[in-house]
Order: sequence, then C-alpha cells, then structure tokens
Amino acid sequence: MDPAPLPFASRLWFAWACFFRVLFDGAFAGRAFAVREAMPALPAAPPPAEPKAAKAQEVTKTEPEPAPKPIAEPLKIKAKPAEPEKPNVTSALQLLAAFQREGRLVDFLEQDVASFPDADVGAAARVVHEGCRKALRQHAKIRAVRTEEEGAQVTIAEGYDAHEVKLIGDVKGKPPFVGKLQHRGWKVIEMSVPMPTADHDATVIAPAEVEL
Amino acid sequence: MSGAKYTIGIDLGTTHSAVSIAPLDIEGARPEVLRVPQLVAAGAIEARELLPSFLYLPHASEGPQALPWDPERAFVVGEHARARGVDAPARLVSSAKSWLSHSGVDRHVGTLPIGAPEDVEKISPVEASWRILEHLAEAFDQRFSSEGLRLVDQDVVLTVPASFDAAARELTVEAALAAGIDKLTLLEEPQAALYAWIDASGAGWRKQLRPGDVILVIDVGGGTTDFSAIAAVEKEGSLELIRVAVGDHILLGGDNMDLAVAHIAKRKLEAGGKEIDRWQMIALTHAGRLAKERLLSDEKLAAYPIAIAGKGSKLLGSALRTEVTSDEIHATLVDGFFPRVAASARPTARARTALTQIGLPYASDPAVTKHLAGFLGRQAEALSKIEGFDHGRHGDARDRAKLLHPTAVLFNGGVMKATALRERLLATLNGWLEEDGAPPVRVLASEDLDLAVARGAAAYGLARHGKGFRIRGGTARAYYVGIEGAVPAVPGVEPPIVAFCVAPFGMEEGTRAALPPHELGVVVGESVHFRFFGSTVRREDAAGTELERWKEGELEELAPIEVTLPAEGRREGDVVPVELSAHVTEVGTLLLEAVPKDPVTPNERFKVELSVRAEA
Repeated sequence: MDPAPLPFASRLWFAWACFFRVLFDGAFAGRAFAVREAMPALPAAPPPAEPKAAKAQEVTKTEPEPAPKPIAEPLKIKAKPAEPEKPNVTSALQLLAAFQREGRLVDFLEQDVASFPDADVGAAARVVHEGCRKALRQHAKIRAVRTEEEGAQVTIAEGYDAHEVKLIGDVKGKPPFVGKLQHRGWKVIEMSVPMPTADHDATVIAPAEVEL
Repeated sequence: MSGAKYTIGIDLGTTHSAVSIAPLDIEGARPEVLRVPQLVAAGAIEARELLPSFLYLPHASEGPQALPWDPERAFVVGEHARARGVDAPARLVSSAKSWLSHSGVDRHVGTLPIGAPEDVEKISPVEASWRILEHLAEAFDQRFSSEGLRLVDQDVVLTVPASFDAAARELTVEAALAAGIDKLTLLEEPQAALYAWIDASGAGWRKQLRPGDVILVIDVGGGTTDFSAIAAVEKEGSLELIRVAVGDHILLGGDNMDLAVAHIAKRKLEAGGKEIDRWQMIALTHAGRLAKERLLSDEKLAAYPIAIAGKGSKLLGSALRTEVTSDEIHATLVDGFFPRVAASARPTARARTALTQIGLPYASDPAVTKHLAGFLGRQAEALSKIEGFDHGRHGDARDRAKLLHPTAVLFNGGVMKATALRERLLATLNGWLEEDGAPPVRVLASEDLDLAVARGAAAYGLARHGKGFRIRGGTARAYYVGIEGAVPAVPGVEPPIVAFCVAPFGMEEGTRAALPPHELGVVVGESVHFRFFGSTVRREDAAGTELERWKEGELEELAPIEVTLPAEGRREGDVVPVELSAHVTEVGTLLLEAVPKDPVTPNERFKVELSVRAEA
C-alpha cells in the first residue's frame, strides 16, 4: 500500500531531518539511496496534495460528525499502540506554535547564537526556558522511565521493554543485563494537544505583528 | 423534583472561573473539575481547568472566533481573550465581577470596556458575566452531548463573594438567567471553601472541629480579598456550622502584588539605562508572579531571575534580564501587603477626590492585615446571638473582647499558596489573640486553593440533596430604607435620616420578614428613589426598627432602591402609601416588594429595584 502523501509542512521538516541523517548516519544514507534508486520503477505517485487540502482533511478527521467529540479529557497515552498512528500535522504545528507563543522557541532557534555573548544567550534562555516549560506542562505530563539515580547500577531483566530501555556500549550476551544508568529517560503519560478550529491556517505558527 | 443528573458548582471569579460537577445518582460521589474548552490562541482550542474571566471584543477584520460548538462566535472568552487583551487592551473586558458589584455605574447599560474604540459595541457588566457563564454552560453541554445533558437542566450552585450586597447578588442571578441557568442557588465563596475542606477531609473533619470553634476563612484571590467567620455549635447532640459574619468587599488581591514585583524589576532595569514599554511591563508582571510564588514558598532561594523578551523576532540582544531578591520580595509583599500591625489598626479610608473618573473602587490601603484587623474588630460581637458562646469568656467578668476571636483558620485563593504570606498572617493574628489572652488558631489544611470554591460549590449541591452537611447563615446584612425626616430645610445641614429596617440580619432562604407597620409614599407613574443602607454588624434590629442614630461605620450606604407604581387603576401623580415587604428567595437573593395599603387588585405588589446606579 502506498503511504499517503505528506503535507508540505511535514515534508519541510522531513527534508531537514533527512539532510542531517544522510550526512551523519551511513546506514540510513545507504537505505535512503536504495529507495531513491528504486523510485522510477514504482508506479507514479499521485500529485502532491496542496497544503490547504491536506489541512482540510486534518480538520474533518479531528471533528467527527455529527456531534463533535468532547475534548474535555486529555488523551491517555496507550502503552503500546497496535498500529503506528498517522502523524497529526496540525496538532504538531499547534504545539510548535504554543512553544513559540509561550517561550519564543522558534525565535530563539532561528537566531544565530554564535555572535552573542553568553550573558545575552543566558537572558534569552531564561525567557525560553520559563515559557517552554509552561507550555510543556500544559500539554504533557511527563515522568522519568527509570526512577533510580543516574550513575547507579541497574539490572535489566529478561523481557524488558526495548522501547523504554536502550542498551548502549558493549551490548552482548543474555539478560539480565547489569549496567550503569546513564540517562533516566522520559515517558509521556498524558498528552493533551490543541484542537484546531475550522479554517485556521496552522502553518502560521506566529503571525506578524503590526502596531497601529 | 427535578430531572437533574448532576449538581454543578460554578466559581465565577474576578480573574478565573471554574466548574466542578458531581453526579446526584451515585452514592459517595465526589465533585470533579470539568475542563473547559476555550480558545488559547487564534485557531487553537484547549480544555483547561480554569477559564480566565476575560472577554475580548475583536475587530471586524479578525473574523469569527470559532468554538467547537459555535463557528461564528463574535467574541472570545478565556485564555485567548486575556492574551489578546494584552495586545489590544481597549477591546478587553476584565474584572467583570467587580463591575457587577460597583454601584457607581448602571450595571444594565453597555459601559465595558471603558474607553473602547467606536467600532466596539460595549456591553454591560451583567452581560460580561452572562457571557462567561454561557461559555461554562456550553462547555458542560459539549462534554455531555452524547448523553443529551444540558447544564441548564442540572442543579447549579453559583458562588458569590460573601461581601456581595443584595443588589450584586441579584445581578449575578440576572446574568445566570440570561445564560439560561434558572435552576440555581447562590453560595458565598468562603462557605464554598469550607465545604471543599469538609469534602476533602472525609469523615475526619468532625474530629477537627469542636463546638465553640470559630473558623476564620481568609480568601485572597487574584482581584479580591474576602473574610468570613463561621461558628461551630452543638445542636441536639450534633455539630452545626453557622456563618456569623462577613467582611467588606475589598478590591485587593494577587494582581496588585504581581504589579508591585514588576515595579521592582522595572526600577532596576531603568537604573541600568533600559526603557520599559507597556508590553514589557505586562511581561514583567507575569514574570513577577512566578518570582513571587517561588521566593515566598522557598526560604532557601536568595533571588529569582526575571527575564523578558523584546517585541521583535530577535530574541538575543533584546531580552532583558534582572532579578528580584528574597529581601525585596519580603519587604514589598510581606511587609507591604501583610505588615505586622496592632489589633487596633484600621485600613486608611479612601480619600474622596472631587474629580473621579469611571473606574473600579480599588482598595486604597494595600495592607491585608489592616483589613483583617478591621473585620475582626467590627465583628467583635458576632457571636453575641449564637447559643453556646459566652461572649467575653476569655477576659474578666463581662469584659468585652475588642475583636472576634477565631480558633481556626482556613486559607483560600491563589495568593494564599505562598507559605511566607500565610505565616505572616498567622503570626499577626496569633499576636492579637495572645494580647487578649486567647489561644492561637489552628490551621485547617486546605488543598488546591484555585479550585476549592468550585469543588465546594458542587459539594454544597450534594448537601442540598441530603448527601452531606450544610452550613447555616442566612443573609449577612440587615437592610434599611432611609427616610428623610420632615424638618424645615437649613442650608448646609443635611436633613436627618431615619433608617428603617426592612430586612433583619440572618434571614434564611425562603423566609419572609414580618411586614413592618410603616408606610412610604410613592407617586403613581413615577420612579421613586429611596436611600438604602446595609449593616453587617447590627444583628438585633427586627423588621420595623427605626434608627435615628448609629455609630460610625455601622451602616453602609448602598445604591438607592427604586419603586415604580404603574398608573393602571390609579390616577397619575397621586401619592399612594405602600409598605415594604422583604423576602429571601430560595435562590438566595433578597426580594423587596412594595405592597399598596389600598390594593386595586387582590394581592397587589410591585418589585422594588435594588440595582440602581448610585448618585455620584
């Protein structure tokens, strides 16, 4: 089955991610190259959907008829989704907008940090940290995957969840594995994403401001 | 009696509103907070526990402000309204509740936002509250759309400040009716906070309170400060709670404190040669709130950084940074708003200026402790009519205490989250009690100070259905009509006023005051105004009592009342004698009616308008 064509905004993000991955991840670059070479042999892909059209689909998807689904309750994150969910680009854009609105994240990342002294970077980082932390807490309830102190010796039993624990270093042998906890990991236990209103252009993550 | 499935508690706050719900048909159910979907930014809806009590009236070019249940909404309520109001303040209605209780404006006339541009269709204080209530009702309706439930069919408990007078309560009900909510009961916020505490304490609460206890509820929210005293008495072997006193309506709260912190930061930045514009000042206020909360709750922190961004997209280089120290915060907030004062301290009275612009009557004295001393001092006799309290029991013989002696304190409101402020209040209060030889107060541990009132309101809703405990109290004021004495006019001397009690203190819901044997003359076909007074301290006056003199501060003049007798069946211009009859409705509002001495039709009576604009 052909994957659905991605909207423009996702493609932009994906192209950006691929650029770095191709550059630094030889294995990925090899696979991507193979896919690219194979492309002409596949049936022609349908013309890429316009961003507007893709957005309209998103909207109808999140607002089932006739009665709009109550959005009062935050989504409980399922332990293991049976099937990979389709990325909801509008929600992703709205989250990005929330981080920009509350914590000026995009402003911060789009500016060249190198030319500023640490004091300026520090002042800006405080703005970003305070606002983005607020945005994060408004949308996600997060806890550490492992409760032990980092640096502590931990035992990873057989049948461990490979989503939750990543083994690094000299990975060999059979469980149980004994090792040093390097990073506690983070797990989202509750997520509430903004819901778009009809005919809102979510790709504008921050409107231009004009003072009259 | 009704087909309600839920009891709904609505906290219609000055800065935030919240809703909690409890099912009526499930034994042992507890109130839970309903998340309210709202625009949080253009085009983004999120459901949050708090709905900021702000209303934004967009410019035509901004287009509809779609909600999931109304794609064509022409105004915004909630988080996005508050945020847009920062960008375009002249289109923002804030503190709607304070306007509702402000008798200096006609609360039925479109006056808000003050200073709005011409294209804005101004709304009345009643409508502003109505729109907020409407949004809350729609949020419930959407949440329960699959079950076909509507909020207007449920039993609604709506909270009001204890200090709201009869007119403000009636206007609140009017706003609710406009939003379609007609099955409702009013509840005073401090009582709601106590219901929330009772609910959270489970069965253990009866062990924490004893007959003879006097609970002082100190509620300091974003915009207002409210005090109430509730006494615990024994009646027929079980404990009963009676609300015995309420304080004045004080427009003083956390917003004042955040602004004070912002000014500290502003002075520091300006000393460093930076200029602070209006937007940066608002950003400083937000940052100031965080600094306040952290520094007042963590003794180990010596300072808290405050950083704000510039308006442009270039963050680096435009962000300003300073810090406020713990010492500054303590000097400004703890000593400034909660100074150690003697029990005899009183808030400085508002200086009347000749030229007053339309605005809210903010408290002129920021010292919460002085307002508290004033409340306890004025209410020293609050227990005099309550059985089981031998007043002056702490002193010798019949030595009357100079202030009401609480035995327990319940904190409420966002400001009271700050440990340092609670401690200062307790230390000051206990100092006063020690001077009087009274024991120090216990603290009733409360949780979730932002949502307690909404939760408590739903808990009270359950109690009304016999699923819990009820606090008694009745009206917190006695009401008087002022009648000018018939004396020859003397220039410069105001004619003496006789205050005539029409509704005694402590009237319970659903009761009627005895018709006082007195009459007022009303001109047929004209609106006749009478001066109207309330007293939170005169507990003994029965309906019909005439006061020629009263002590300074005992009676407070309220907005005048208005009687209009239609000309039907009478000759226009005739003076008709009427009696005033007072009745406290099941909803909890005071209903005054003019009953003609010689009725034209049987049982003839006319409603007396309470919410008339006071003379400037």
